[in-house]
Amino acid sequence: MYNFEFVRPTTIADAVAALGHEGAQALGGGQTLLPTMKQRLASPEKLVSLTGIAEMQGVCISDDGHLCIGGATPHAVVAREAAKHYPALAGLASHIGDPAVRNRGTIGGSLANNDPSACYPSAALGSGAVIVTNTRRIAADDYFQGMFTTALQDGEIITEVRFPVPEKASYQKFEQPASRFALVGVFVAKYADGVRVAVTGASEEGVFRWSEAEAALSKSFTADALNGLTVPADGMIGDLHGSKEYRAHLVGVMTKRAVAAAA
Amino acid sequence: MPKDHGIGASPKRREDLRFLTGNGNYTDDINLYGQTYVHFLRSDVAHGRLNKVDTAAAAAMPGVVRIFTGADFAGVGGLPCGWQVTDKHGQPMQEPGHPVLAQGKVRHVGDPIAAIVAETYEQARDAAEAIVLDIEELPAVIDMKAAVKDGAPKVHDELTSNLCYDWGFVEENKAAVDEAFKSAAHVTTLELVNNRLVANPMEPRVAVGDYNRSTDESTLYTTSQNPHVIRLLMGAFVLGIPEHKLRVVAPDVGGGFGTKIFHYAEEAFCTFAARQLKRPVKWTSTRSEAFMSDAHGRDHVTKIELALDKDNNFTALRTETYANMGAYLSTFAPSVPTWLHGTLMAGNYRTPLIYVNVKAVFTNTVPVDAYRGAGRPEATYQLERVIDKAARELGVDPIKLRRQNFITQFPYATPVAVEYDTGDYVATMDKLEQIADLSGFAARRKASEAKGKLRGLGVNCYIEACGIAPSNLVGQLGARAGLYESATVRVNATGSISVMTGSHSHGQGHETAFPQVIAEMLGIDESMIEIVHGDTAKGPMGMGTYGSRSLAVGGSAMVRATEKIINKAKKIAAHLMEASDADIEVKDGKFHVAGTDKSVAWGDVTLAAYVPHNYPLEDIEPGLEETAFYDPSNFTYPSGAYCCEVEVDPDTGRVTIERFSAADDFGNIINPMIVSGQVHGGIGQGIGQALLEGCVYDDNGQLLTGSYMDYAMPRASDVPFYTVDHSCVTPCTHNPLGVKGCGEAGAIGSPPAVVNAVIDALHSAGKTHVTHIDMPLSPNRVWAAMNA
Amino acid sequence: MVQVKMTVNGKAASGDVEGRTLLVQFLRENLHLTGTHVGCDTSQCGACVVHVNGTAVKACTMLAAEAEGAEVVTIEGVANADGSLNTVQQAFQDHHGLQCGFCTPGMVMTATALLKENPNPTEAEIRDYLEGNICRCTGYHNIVKAIMAAAGQDVSRIAAE
Repeated sequence: MYNFEFVRPTTIADAVAALGHEGAQALGGGQTLLPTMKQRLASPEKLVSLTGIAEMQGVCISDDGHLCIGGATPHAVVAREAAKHYPALAGLASHIGDPAVRNRGTIGGSLANNDPSACYPSAALGSGAVIVTNTRRIAADDYFQGMFTTALQDGEIITEVRFPVPEKASYQKFEQPASRFALVGVFVAKYADGVRVAVTGASEEGVFRWSEAEAALSKSFTADALNGLTVPADGMIGDLHGSKEYRAHLVGVMTKRAVAAAA
Repeated sequence: MPKDHGIGASPKRREDLRFLTGNGNYTDDINLYGQTYVHFLRSDVAHGRLNKVDTAAAAAMPGVVRIFTGADFAGVGGLPCGWQVTDKHGQPMQEPGHPVLAQGKVRHVGDPIAAIVAETYEQARDAAEAIVLDIEELPAVIDMKAAVKDGAPKVHDELTSNLCYDWGFVEENKAAVDEAFKSAAHVTTLELVNNRLVANPMEPRVAVGDYNRSTDESTLYTTSQNPHVIRLLMGAFVLGIPEHKLRVVAPDVGGGFGTKIFHYAEEAFCTFAARQLKRPVKWTSTRSEAFMSDAHGRDHVTKIELALDKDNNFTALRTETYANMGAYLSTFAPSVPTWLHGTLMAGNYRTPLIYVNVKAVFTNTVPVDAYRGAGRPEATYQLERVIDKAARELGVDPIKLRRQNFITQFPYATPVAVEYDTGDYVATMDKLEQIADLSGFAARRKASEAKGKLRGLGVNCYIEACGIAPSNLVGQLGARAGLYESATVRVNATGSISVMTGSHSHGQGHETAFPQVIAEMLGIDESMIEIVHGDTAKGPMGMGTYGSRSLAVGGSAMVRATEKIINKAKKIAAHLMEASDADIEVKDGKFHVAGTDKSVAWGDVTLAAYVPHNYPLEDIEPGLEETAFYDPSNFTYPSGAYCCEVEVDPDTGRVTIERFSAADDFGNIINPMIVSGQVHGGIGQGIGQALLEGCVYDDNGQLLTGSYMDYAMPRASDVPFYTVDHSCVTPCTHNPLGVKGCGEAGAIGSPPAVVNAVIDALHSAGKTHVTHIDMPLSPNRVWAAMNA
Repeated sequence: MVQVKMTVNGKAASGDVEGRTLLVQFLRENLHLTGTHVGCDTSQCGACVVHVNGTAVKACTMLAAEAEGAEVVTIEGVANADGSLNTVQQAFQDHHGLQCGFCTPGMVMTATALLKENPNPTEAEIRDYLEGNICRCTGYHNIVKAIMAAAGQDVSRIAAE
């Protein structure tokens, strides 16, 4: 690792100020950033840890019924505390990485990084969540802008993520055999006004909504409603763990399984 | 009632106490006063001409002590190869040089170019980035068949081609084998790949070099399975340090699986640099570095043909294998696809005619050498896969076809130059059918199908040749080393015993199992016996732990040394009791005069040996310490039968292992708990090879599986509980313990069972067009094969 | 260099570290607690698992500075007060849940965390919880068995010694 200065502010304001410096970068749980830095693939001059900010921690239900998760909340806390409000989301959180990773990794860190194989982006997009930052609210549909790319500005911090709670939902992950990230992960959520389907791991563009499946499922929320629907292999990721065709196929399989499992 | 001590008991492992409390002493736990750190700048291209290495700016960086390049090793030997194979024309293999640091060319991604020694590890890494390299990238050869075509770029310019050797075995039989194929009633042909693996012991390699200015002695602390071998190779062939001035210490070793046998550049470097700098030099591999610097395993491409007569008897076997050597010859690399592979092609079967051809090929990849099983898994896999395919083609039960062709008379001389001393393949298969509950399979398949899953059952047998090996035999076969083992049994005055052995545990529990043998012989408590290993300063020359040899060879040396102790102690006891030494018996830790109630305790005899006041000084010397070197007269031949049941998800191609059973014949067993653990671990690695692991290069020689993000290691959720049995015992006839060795069996015997099971599952769903899928059977590969 | 202070195995510990110093480096190099191991650089093998404020974390993927003020427990700190093996450690020895011993500290710390969260886990729950702990020696058989035994379950019907 290249050396850097480490700071751990206790308020959002202090964190924003610290991130105003040239070469500063926010550090969530560090479960992706630190391994990247160990390979010397990132060289921030200053790391601003967000885990000491009390107001960015925890899970609650807002007055309008949204599930609100502080940006620095670890996956393990979401898995535990969101379980009775939004079981599909808690289930997703409980299968990210491994237990030790879940005790450190945060929802804000995951969404800010927007790894094309990460789980959380599919939940945020599939739920139509709102990403709340220190300056604004960003709809998930506007937030994800291709792999490792988001609407966040330099120095902008995800302070909270607000999830509308669906009637039914499920996340189905097919793991890449080595990394155990999603080779394909599909988040399906049924709301009163329609169904959202978000796919992670598969596309070269990062997480995406499968609109044909959404239309079909909004008419009939059954696995059979997906019969005959496929995503094109073109534009899928192809690598040694799965060809483009295989990933496209898995999108269909995992979507059906998510519908069948939705609760 | 199971025994609670001695041979056949399962005492708790004594080494566990330190490992479970964080008190293990691994090489990376060693830090010496004044220590420096080295970082190796490694090639990021697979093949290139090294025009210039400019270290001027880097040398001025903070904390840099000195930067070494290939030029610093101009007067130093290269890394030696320990085995010379002779090709089918009687010519020696092509043997290129293997410099410690690259000279003139880089030949694989990871080839070390420069070594930066600094006060801290991070300073060394920082300085590495300031080294300016001028490398003219050359076309890389990665695919073995392309590498041996005319006009292919040469990995080593000084060689005539990339072909290391073209080996025929047994060349004199080739015509008869070809003739047998012409008259065969049926021929089954299978082309397959034995996937390249990375051993991945959880402890990465570490080397700490030290130099004592006062005594002119060098010490290397290293992660090694055989410190004496490292001392010999590094001292005699690389650095020219006489052995009495060179000590190699391997403390607790965190797994090896073969890849810590070999002598590596980093070991020689740290020893060399410590002498140059007069300061300790430490190198700790990262896991990413391990993927491009540890010797890899397997990587064979094979065509195998099996000929059968009209009654389904095997009549001949013919194979052609391309074996990847990588860019350089690692220490024992040439022996793996030849003498550890060709000699095993008879398997458990009476096939009268066998011809094996192996073309060993240089490519721009990391060197390939022994990995758990080493040649024998490759032999077993192709043989057991082709038999399964033949059974399907002939419409016969694959177990029945195997049974029909089993060797049943022992000793049995195979057509591939080895003689099996004992075995009972019918008994292990009978045992397997019982423990695997084959009769319940149909019901289990039905239950899987009710869940929408395909269920398959795969069975295979294996034979291995281990307990390596008779020195005079391996010398004829090209080994440049002997393969005996040594033991010194040092009885102390108070009766406790230190046993110095050249075997070296890297997880096998030697500190627990070896005392069981000696305690049984002497009738004393195991706690009085301590095993000393892993330090060339403490014990006699030994050859180390690999090839399932520690008990069969090292244990036999201990038996021989302990017999000498008993003989001498009897003389002392006879003197003390004024009896004839011919009348002395050893029992329960006492020396008895036969037929009388006279006895002396073990401690009285040992004390007399060191306080020889009342002692037969005119007949024997004081003291009680004996050394034995044991050289085996044959390999040992463990065998067994394995069974795997899988479920295949037809929607995704994902395979899950539902049941795995292993019936092994390891001869006599010293510690059943440890033996079972060895089999479990081997099966885990075999399942890893079959379903998950594969080291992949792209066409330019870039390593695509350079970390655990892309190289799939088996996790707990990938495997079931295993059912293992080693109650079928045909003792080895030629070593004093009757033991055969168990370390590699699981990894040898398990991959074909998994693949056979997956093929069976697919056939159960009518996918009969799928006759083979290459390992690893990833979900994508299985799905693609089903939908081809 | 900045000074960090934390409690390690019940004792106050402090030292000067760089920003980039990992918790595992601080434990091994500053405190000479070499029981915590490093087996990979991608946060997957779990040989470095320790407990920070009561939860399992990978000490190779946490900065020493992030542990400022924390209660850290390593493999050196989990034995019984009299130095004897605790229930989990003893179960690993009794059931041969280790061979080379290199992954063992992480396995014990992860198993301990599991049993705290879930005192009576099923075999599947144990295997799932070990997702981030790689063992190359045991094929996991005796590790899973040892954890079941540590939970007080009867493991006598699980095959083999």
